Amino acid sequence: MTNKYVIAALVENKPGVLTRVSSMFTRRGFNIDALTVGEIEDSNYSRITITITGDENTRDQFVSQLRKLFNVKKVQVLEAGSTISRELLLIKVRNSPEIRPEIMAAAEVYRGKIIDYAADVMSVEITGEPVKIDSFIELMKPMGILEMCRTGIVAIERGKGTLLTVE
Amino acid sequence: MKLTGSQIVIETLIEQGAAHAADGYSRATGKVGVVIATSGPGATNLVTGIATAMLDSVPMVAITGNVPTSLIGRDSFQEIDITGVTLPITKHNYFVSDVNELADTVREAFKIAKSGRPGPVLVDIPKDIQLAVADYERAEVVSPFETRQPKDKYLQRAAELIAESERPYIYIGGGAMGQNMGEEILAFADKIDGYIGSTFMGLSLIPSSHERFLGMQGMHGHYASSMAQKEADLIIGIGVRFSDRATGNVQKFAKNTNIIHIEADRSEINKNVPADVGVHGDIKESVIRLTELCEKKSLPLWKEKTDALKAEEKENDRKIEESSTVPLTPKMLFDVINKHKKKTTVIATDVGQHQMWAAQYADFTSNRTFVSSGGLGTMGYGLGAAIGAAVAKKEATVLVTGDGSFGMNLNELATAVTYDLPIVVVLMNNGVLGMVRQWQTLFFGKRYSHTLLGRKTDFVKLAEAFGAEGRRAETKEEFEAYFSEAMKKGGVTVIDTKINMDEFVLPMLPPGGSIDDIIVSKEE
Repeated sequence: MTNKYVIAALVENKPGVLTRVSSMFTRRGFNIDALTVGEIEDSNYSRITITITGDENTRDQFVSQLRKLFNVKKVQVLEAGSTISRELLLIKVRNSPEIRPEIMAAAEVYRGKIIDYAADVMSVEITGEPVKIDSFIELMKPMGILEMCRTGIVAIERGKGTLLTVE
Repeated sequence: MKLTGSQIVIETLIEQGAAHAADGYSRATGKVGVVIATSGPGATNLVTGIATAMLDSVPMVAITGNVPTSLIGRDSFQEIDITGVTLPITKHNYFVSDVNELADTVREAFKIAKSGRPGPVLVDIPKDIQLAVADYERAEVVSPFETRQPKDKYLQRAAELIAESERPYIYIGGGAMGQNMGEEILAFADKIDGYIGSTFMGLSLIPSSHERFLGMQGMHGHYASSMAQKEADLIIGIGVRFSDRATGNVQKFAKNTNIIHIEADRSEINKNVPADVGVHGDIKESVIRLTELCEKKSLPLWKEKTDALKAEEKENDRKIEESSTVPLTPKMLFDVINKHKKKTTVIATDVGQHQMWAAQYADFTSNRTFVSSGGLGTMGYGLGAAIGAAVAKKEATVLVTGDGSFGMNLNELATAVTYDLPIVVVLMNNGVLGMVRQWQTLFFGKRYSHTLLGRKTDFVKLAEAFGAEGRRAETKEEFEAYFSEAMKKGGVTVIDTKINMDEFVLPMLPPGGSIDDIIVSKEE
């Protein structure tokens, strides 16, 4: 059965590590929906959050291939129930007196921020779970989307466990 | 130039030969082979050799030079991003940008190369780092990372499947060969009354003539082992990766058979073939503990079945030999080689028909005596590898090759002669790229395309030009006389043997087919 999986990996914070990780995906034929990378509390490591679509076997293969890379220190599949995930959207839409109230109302309901404003165009910032981002994008489609970018998911587990300390 | 005790550097003609030599040295000994090359083209010439080692999990450390750090990234003369190039074909690689990290990096490279599932590691060292001065601190010789111990739960489940099994088939691979665990596997087989088949990479671990051994399975495997695997109700894979060449079509492979997969590399379990029980951990330890857990079994019907398969194989072989073209057949050559080789003699090969004949006919009597490129199938591998093996073993080494493969890297004859290495080259000369021709015959309606070589190379004169002994054998008697003499007298001998271009490697499972499609004779 095909599912979406969110996988977090702690990797050494060194040049070329992202290349090693991403080239493995290509070489082994894995399809990545999204990938984010950034610093963590310990500057020796970076955290990569990857979203993949596939069955359980694909997920397990993905995890064990990741674990084989020497710069990868920890890998964990984040379970939907115990994970908080967020994504950021920046979206630029057409602005005109007729559609303005609708955009503003939608942005407010979605707790978005207007981050740029001109008579004929405005940009909105939305943060939330990927489904929330999806539905905001749907709402904006009829308004005329000029440009948008999503960051991909970052995710963290609930409770006091951390990726650095997990076995 | 005789090698003296302390001399450890062999200078080859081209870097590729050196890479294969390091690989051959490693395969013959289990130690880490080292190859050193210069920057740019020197480094890229290693690529095929490194990939060959990677696909067969051979521990190797490759050291390359690079331009000074100040010139890196400027497309400088003989600059190449070799860590980038070798990223997918090394277990790990390094670019050293600080001389103070050099010693530890090299130590770690050796540690990674020989730990767990072995493989090649490359260390790229820019020129200014090579010339820089640093304090050297002595350190302990590195030992491999600790291996993971198998979990009891899975061993227990494996033992349960074995208890239920009436026809257990033990399927060993390069992982088991690398652990040199022949005794453990035979003890296990005795306890559960199982029979043993091998992948190409597992060959030489169990003596070819052992009563529990059925031979290599797969595309050009022995009939008995391929059929036993089909008849089995339980397959116990030990240090194998269920490669397509060994399983045939994986969709049809062992559909209704239980599979236990014992493997050190977690990612191999369920990669190609789903396992009913996967045991992840040190494979030697796993087999020892599994043997303890299992009850002693006695399966006379299974013995009867495998005996029958062995008899059928004998009959098939007789037919193949009858259909072969005299005066000189591949089987005859191996009969002679088997008769005159020692227990520890390494047989190195290139890639193609001669390689599969070696896998089928060579009588392996001691582990690590088969040095051959399995996964990558590198034509041109053999001579370099034989050089590495001969350096390691300091005794006569046999290279079985074909005229197609030999043509690729025969320049290294000069190296073998320079260092006066005892290498006997058995050249199975048929004037064609035989394996491809066989496929063109069987699957492409005899539309022969670019497989007839039409070369006029005189291999006897060629050998002599390099300073080696050259012989030409057209009958079994001639071959036996030359071969036995060459094995005794040392130095490099090339024996050019003429075989027929339409010999087939049989049996054969057609590509994409399963065991049911096995071809056992030319008439089919």
